[in-house]
Amino acid sequence: MQTLDRPDLIGDDEVDSLFHALADTTRRDILRRSAAGDLSVSRLADLYPMSFAAVQKHVAVLERAGLVIKERRGREALVCTDQAAVRRARLALDHLEATWRARVDAMTGLLDEDSEQRKGAAR
Amino acid sequence: MSVISVDKDFDDLTLTLVADFPAPATKVWELWADPRRIEQWWGPPGYPATFEEFDLSPGGSVTYYMTSPEGEKFRGWWRVLAVDAAKTLEFNDGFSDAAGVPVDDMPVTANEVRLLDTDQGTRMELRARFDTREEMERLDRMGMTEGLTLAVGQMDALLA
Repeated sequence: MQTLDRPDLIGDDEVDSLFHALADTTRRDILRRSAAGDLSVSRLADLYPMSFAAVQKHVAVLERAGLVIKERRGREALVCTDQAAVRRARLALDHLEATWRARVDAMTGLLDEDSEQRKGAAR
Repeated sequence: MSVISVDKDFDDLTLTLVADFPAPATKVWELWADPRRIEQWWGPPGYPATFEEFDLSPGGSVTYYMTSPEGEKFRGWWRVLAVDAAKTLEFNDGFSDAAGVPVDDMPVTANEVRLLDTDQGTRMELRARFDTREEMERLDRMGMTEGLTLAVGQMDALLA
């Protein structure tokens, strides 16, 4: 469909924090659950046999590694892997915009032909 | 200057486009409602569209394919939701497989088209919204999240 440039490719520095972030079962589990983007830190804390503060620390490690972001929604902070989703949304909407701009151009061309024909017929 | 404004809402995954045409709404509507006319503009440059089924009534079905320069066919479908001739058209637009069966794991776009009379001709307002974020996410499986989630799953399997 469309070729992607890879703004997600990362340098050596970031690989360390990435591997550190992923080298923990709880954090990998949090990352998996965050893909849905609808869990708050307190909801996540309910899922593990550890304190809210401990879960919050895990989320912070994932955040520093750029794997999740916290998104404010009302009074809650939702944890989501949103950077990838936002990038996909951007690509998809850019693609749709280009498609519709081309369509409007083509429609304009066809309507111009119409009015030329009408003028021709009136002459 | 046909396109007047474009607005992209990344939270709602919605594109809103406004265009002005120096022609009456009935003429613009013909471009939508006549399959032989829509074929002349629906496909991207180099990918002409051919419409087969064309039932532009509420609940009606439209099927089409676009042909690539290499002759490959990309099929699509519409489900018509609402029609008011020369005023509004609402339809969902999705992809089909080679047999014309709608593909579930590709995004569906909900489209609302409004035509308004203006002093100079017709204003067309288009609102196109990707149905759900989940469908959006299927649009590109190359993203970092999926790759990592997959990799993490494999790590778990290795560590188990």
